[in-house]
Amino acid sequence: MNVNLSTNYLGLKLTSPLVPSSSPLTGDIDQLLRLQEAGAGAVVLPSLFEETIRHEEVEVAGLYDYQDHTYAESLSYFPELPDYKLGPDHYLFQLERAKKTLRIPVIASLNGSSLSGWSDYASQMQDAGADALELNIYFVPTDPNESPSQVEERYIELISAVEEKITLPIAVKIGPFFTNLAFTARRLVEAGADGLVLFNRYLEPDIDMEVPAVEPKLVLSNPHELRLPLRWLAILSALEMDGASLAATSGIHSAADAIKAIAAGAHVAMLASSLLQKGPAHLATILEEMATWLDEHEYTSVQQLTGSMNRSNSPNMSAFERANYAKALVSFSDRTI
Amino acid sequence: MSDIRYATLDANEAVARIAHATNEVIAIYPITPASPMGEIADTMSAMEQKNIFGTVPEVVEMQSEGGAAGAVHGVLQAGALSTTFTASQGLLLMIPNMYKIAGELTPTVFHIAARTLATHALSIFGDHSDVMAVRQTGWAMLAANSVQEAHDFSLIAQTASLQSRIPFVHFFDGFRTSHEVNKIALIETDQIREMIDMDAVKAHRDRALDPDQPVLRGTAQNPDVFFQAREAANPFYEATPEIVQATMDQFARLTGRAYRLFEYVGAKDAEQVIVMMGSGCGAAEEAVNALAARGDKVGLLKVRLYRPFDVGKLIDTLPATTKAIAVLDRTKEPGSVGEPLYQDVVCALGQHAATGPSRFASMPRVIGGRYGLSSKEFTPAMVASVFENLRQKQPQRSFTVGIYDDVSNTSLPWNRDFSTEPDDVHRAVFYGLGSDGTVGATKNTVKIIGESTDLHAQGYFVYDSKKSGSVTVSHLRFGPRPIHSTYLIERANFVGCHQFQFLHRIDVLKSAIPGATLLLNSPYPADEVWDQLPQEVQGQIIEKQLKVFVVDALQIAADVGLGGRINTVMQTCFFALSGVLPREEAVKQIKKAISKTYERKGETVLQRNHEAVDAALAAIEQVKVPAKATSELHQLPPIQGEMSDFVERVTARIIAGEGDLLPVSAFPVDGTFPTATAKLEKRSIANEIPIWDPEICIACGLCALVCPHAAIRSKIFSNEANGHRPDSFQSIPWKGKEFQNYSLTIQVAPDDCTGCRVCVDVCPARSKEVAKHKAINMEPKLPHLEAERANFDYFLSLPEADRTHVPADTIKGSQLLEPLFEFSGACAGCGETPYLKLLTQLFGDRLLVANATGCSSIYGGNLPTTPWTVDDQGRGPAWSNSLFEDNGEFGLGMRLAVNQKTDYAQTLLRELQGDLDPRLVENLLEDYPVITEEAIAARRELIEQLRTQLRKLDSHRAAELNQLADSLVPRSVWVVGGDGWAFDIGFGGLDHVLASGFNVNVLVLDTGVYSNTGGQSSKATPRAAVAKFAARGKSIRKKDLGMLAVAYGNVYVAQIAMGANPNQTLKVFQEAESYPGPSLILAYSHCIAHGIDISTSMTHQKDAVRSGFWPLYRYDPRLAYAGEQPFRLDCRKPSMPFAQFAAKEGRFAILSRSDPERSARLMELAQRDIDDQWHYYEQLAGVERDMTNGEEDSQT
Repeated sequence: MNVNLSTNYLGLKLTSPLVPSSSPLTGDIDQLLRLQEAGAGAVVLPSLFEETIRHEEVEVAGLYDYQDHTYAESLSYFPELPDYKLGPDHYLFQLERAKKTLRIPVIASLNGSSLSGWSDYASQMQDAGADALELNIYFVPTDPNESPSQVEERYIELISAVEEKITLPIAVKIGPFFTNLAFTARRLVEAGADGLVLFNRYLEPDIDMEVPAVEPKLVLSNPHELRLPLRWLAILSALEMDGASLAATSGIHSAADAIKAIAAGAHVAMLASSLLQKGPAHLATILEEMATWLDEHEYTSVQQLTGSMNRSNSPNMSAFERANYAKALVSFSDRTI
Repeated sequence: MSDIRYATLDANEAVARIAHATNEVIAIYPITPASPMGEIADTMSAMEQKNIFGTVPEVVEMQSEGGAAGAVHGVLQAGALSTTFTASQGLLLMIPNMYKIAGELTPTVFHIAARTLATHALSIFGDHSDVMAVRQTGWAMLAANSVQEAHDFSLIAQTASLQSRIPFVHFFDGFRTSHEVNKIALIETDQIREMIDMDAVKAHRDRALDPDQPVLRGTAQNPDVFFQAREAANPFYEATPEIVQATMDQFARLTGRAYRLFEYVGAKDAEQVIVMMGSGCGAAEEAVNALAARGDKVGLLKVRLYRPFDVGKLIDTLPATTKAIAVLDRTKEPGSVGEPLYQDVVCALGQHAATGPSRFASMPRVIGGRYGLSSKEFTPAMVASVFENLRQKQPQRSFTVGIYDDVSNTSLPWNRDFSTEPDDVHRAVFYGLGSDGTVGATKNTVKIIGESTDLHAQGYFVYDSKKSGSVTVSHLRFGPRPIHSTYLIERANFVGCHQFQFLHRIDVLKSAIPGATLLLNSPYPADEVWDQLPQEVQGQIIEKQLKVFVVDALQIAADVGLGGRINTVMQTCFFALSGVLPREEAVKQIKKAISKTYERKGETVLQRNHEAVDAALAAIEQVKVPAKATSELHQLPPIQGEMSDFVERVTARIIAGEGDLLPVSAFPVDGTFPTATAKLEKRSIANEIPIWDPEICIACGLCALVCPHAAIRSKIFSNEANGHRPDSFQSIPWKGKEFQNYSLTIQVAPDDCTGCRVCVDVCPARSKEVAKHKAINMEPKLPHLEAERANFDYFLSLPEADRTHVPADTIKGSQLLEPLFEFSGACAGCGETPYLKLLTQLFGDRLLVANATGCSSIYGGNLPTTPWTVDDQGRGPAWSNSLFEDNGEFGLGMRLAVNQKTDYAQTLLRELQGDLDPRLVENLLEDYPVITEEAIAARRELIEQLRTQLRKLDSHRAAELNQLADSLVPRSVWVVGGDGWAFDIGFGGLDHVLASGFNVNVLVLDTGVYSNTGGQSSKATPRAAVAKFAARGKSIRKKDLGMLAVAYGNVYVAQIAMGANPNQTLKVFQEAESYPGPSLILAYSHCIAHGIDISTSMTHQKDAVRSGFWPLYRYDPRLAYAGEQPFRLDCRKPSMPFAQFAAKEGRFAILSRSDPERSARLMELAQRDIDDQWHYYEQLAGVERDMTNGEEDSQT
């Protein structure tokens, strides 16, 4: 078996196309080492959330400001501490540590909430040694007066703002909810994205009727969730947008999933839920099975596979379009009746 | 002499810096106004700041000031350098050790923020009654009159003590100096090193107890030698004044600041001289300078070293021309010849006259007077009046100044127009709310002016006695010379009114001089604001020709994300209008100060404040002032409703801010005040109030139960109730079987609600259609105010439910009982007050309360009003506060008195039974198996019959029985206090009371910190929590006070959390009261010092229980007497990790941010504490006991 598993992602040469995406696993240096050991091509650290930082800063200031200087006997309620370790310092420390410890590229992930936040933290991540940056763009537009183009403009603005500040390659992680994703993707790349990560799994809230309350609830991905990115990888891969990289994320649990994602056009297959469930060693299993499959199917490299089933290269390109819907329904009926 | 570095500090910080630099062990205990010294020292050590010897001083919190003094004594004996900080009663608790430390000639300095001793009342403010109470202990006493002097004298005292071996009390005035922010020259570390005599340090260490060179100290001596040995120390005292002066001279060489043991200022040929010490010297010197400048032959002698008192130096310092001396004492010694300093001066002059040629042509006449008790203002005008008195042929002797004494006629009148405020000193006053950041901003302003200009600046801050909606007044002076004006600003160039509503309640313009600037935080723009001002305010603006500016600070603060913190906006506007700095420079400096305040806490808040600065400058508008006051609005009266003559004459004026104007005759002679006054003080501080939706109410009573201010009430009333029912008054049918044909209403007291939202949070009833809509919802107050006022008035007019029929064993039933604790000034959402309110609902009409000093004594008993109130029969809780440390004993004393009175009444009954209806006597002597409301009502009825019969008897014994007859109704004695009292300072006494077997109920409102003094750690502070004196997170486990009490076996013990299980809380109160021996209730009391969201604080208590952090249990000795299992857990096994509960509390969460490793370690230990405790309790719940029965074991 002699399959070349290397791939190019964001201009980085990776030894393997399997990349652990942002998750609690990638926030722990021991787990990162185990992931590297298992054959990860690169790692994406957990996201630095600007909103969280701001929230914490406001909370800490509020803790000290609340009821201070209100009553003569109690001018404050908490002692000043030597260090509150607020802001991005802790994250940057972890990033530096990961860089020092790992051989493979380390991709920092950022979720900003203001233009200056995006660009300032991106710049600090570059200074801390990140090999690339993943912009984890995550917001839910709810204003009925904001048009789709205005929403998309927010994406463009922030990518431009970051791109102006840093020289690192930039991947943009987005959700699927765009009127015309192909159009949006092209604009993102034009604005400075070196790669797109498809798709962000939004943390959809749940409702607890007993309280009652709306509650955030983390649900790990299922393999069937790969279908949506698969379609869009195939479509975008065929567009060959200025050589932009593509990453598949959501629902990759097995070697078969990874192979499909890469065939659809992904340069890397990202994993989180399956690693959280089965541990970092599961990555080695997937990689080994991938290599075996490729070997058995007489592929000599991952690069051969990449995009081989995209919208241009697949034998039935229309399947990625509307017809797919009818066909799937028919086949579903056939099975169940 | 090196370059001088200036800083703007208050004296507490100025002193703590030196104390920390020159000591190795610092034993502390919180007490106002000295607490900040301990806190600063603790923070310095937590930040690894070293002393001049190169080590980090150990700062150790003790269980009381007595404990701190004992620890210091031990440290000193073992050869290290040690200090402590205290005030008032704290200093009194140190006295026994002070005698020992002095008797053993041990060098140390106690730094004292001098504070009033509690007599007819407690006062947190400043005077010399505490330090004068230790003048006999053999300690040297050095008085600092200003922030600079406090800084300097800390070092001078330390040095002189080491050299003389005499321990020093270094004191300065509480609040006036301890809390005044002033620009001072700093003593550099090198200068401290040069001052400390290392030979003296070595000598101190050589005297240490050391097993290698063992000695015996602390012997017991007998009549043969004690006396001589006591006299052996005399040479050390004799040498001390010279050592102090030499130290002062050395200090002057190093710093350029020269001091004398006695310092004279004024006319060289003065004939009238005032002798005094402390901060009042600032005002006195200002007056003397002004009077001398106009040719008056007056002077001031400032006493620096009060003990040992150097007679020769005093005489030499007085001008030889002195003819009359007024000695001013800031203390009162009733029954004495005169106050202490007066007596010293008289004795000194007597000795001088008796021992040689007199320095004076004729012996000066000496009179003594009192001033400034409890921080009473002392102004240059009062000084002028003292001189005026001195000039009289027959001056008022033993006078008072600063008050109007129409009882003993001791007071001197003073001319309020006399002012020595120089024109080149700018004076500003800012009226703010405690929560809006005004004080903090003014402190920053003082720092900006003091540290970035050549000007000198002074800030002083006045707070009211409320913890919610409190008003603060900040006084700011700045000018070209050091500012020694130690009195409030009476003539302001600038008035900042930071809350628009103040204009309707407070005379904010009383100190404005003609032409002054008024800056208003106004929701109305410049062209609309005029009509919104009360006519009285308009009139003053016109009369004084004030320049008026407005800024909508609340809007700007909200826009930039600062909520109600309007301080930055108002501070910026002040700088812009006052012109103290060029505008650009001011903006730069304000932003720099903001950065300094917030930089360690992240960019976000810092940026928002910077944005507020920029927005403020653009938003200032000047108001065009019309020629006539045309407003139809008027300022509101201070109190509303029916009131007694006393309340109208006294309470109302105190509320109106006119307490200073009340004469001596207005006051009770013994500190006794009427209750039922908080209801008259309609503060109306909430922006939003709860509004009831009866459509979905399930009448559970929880809202009324948890309301900390009794501002949500429930009541049932007959459907035939008369009176004018407002259309907006709502009710639903009452479903209980006890009252047929009745309705229930839930009513808000709109002017008494603080808007804490706790009632809404606990409401379980929701609309089916709109899930967020509950049976009670917060809504903006103003649209509802008039209607709800009318509704509440109607509510009050409805008769209370018949207590004998109310199902008080249910929550909804208990909330039909009238609360006799209402509208306190506690923090919005307070976790303590709901328990007190419930206590009064259940037993209020026969309740005696002994209240330990702390939050509950402040919101319960701080003038002007009290929340303790009475029912329609005039019955209600009788309340008193003795001290912090003795509350258990104090309450026990009440029980003993009650028992004696009952015994005596019963004795008289038996004695008079021949003259009375025998059946009546028999019934009155009957013991209650169970005390029910019916039984009490019946007993009261019998007592009425007894009185009728007694009136027919013409005997002294009958009259006595008539007086004591009410004692035949069982009294409910409750000892109430916080964990600082119960776990720490009062534990010894509490333990004794619990062991006594007497029928005393103890309610511990456990917040886990010293809440009243600002959140210092107590033994109730849980492991892993950050608190003052535990800045790195409390490392040891919380003391299990409940189990200590359980160990006695005959004490009813329960742990409760109202928000977690209200039914258990209710049951516990009833069981504790019914148990005829001692009871201890540990009540989980959330507190702002936990760093929690107060609005969800009650529901958060559920998690405290779920996590096992606060298990609910009851230990009932009655079960032990019956051979059953007396300990019962009232909650399920913990089902939530402690970390999940702790994450919602700032006190735990902040440590996980600041020191994640230590936090993780402590949190793990805390979880193990919980696991272990639960395991232990579970086993205990299975243990049977077979104790001797209650009658043998407990005394009632």
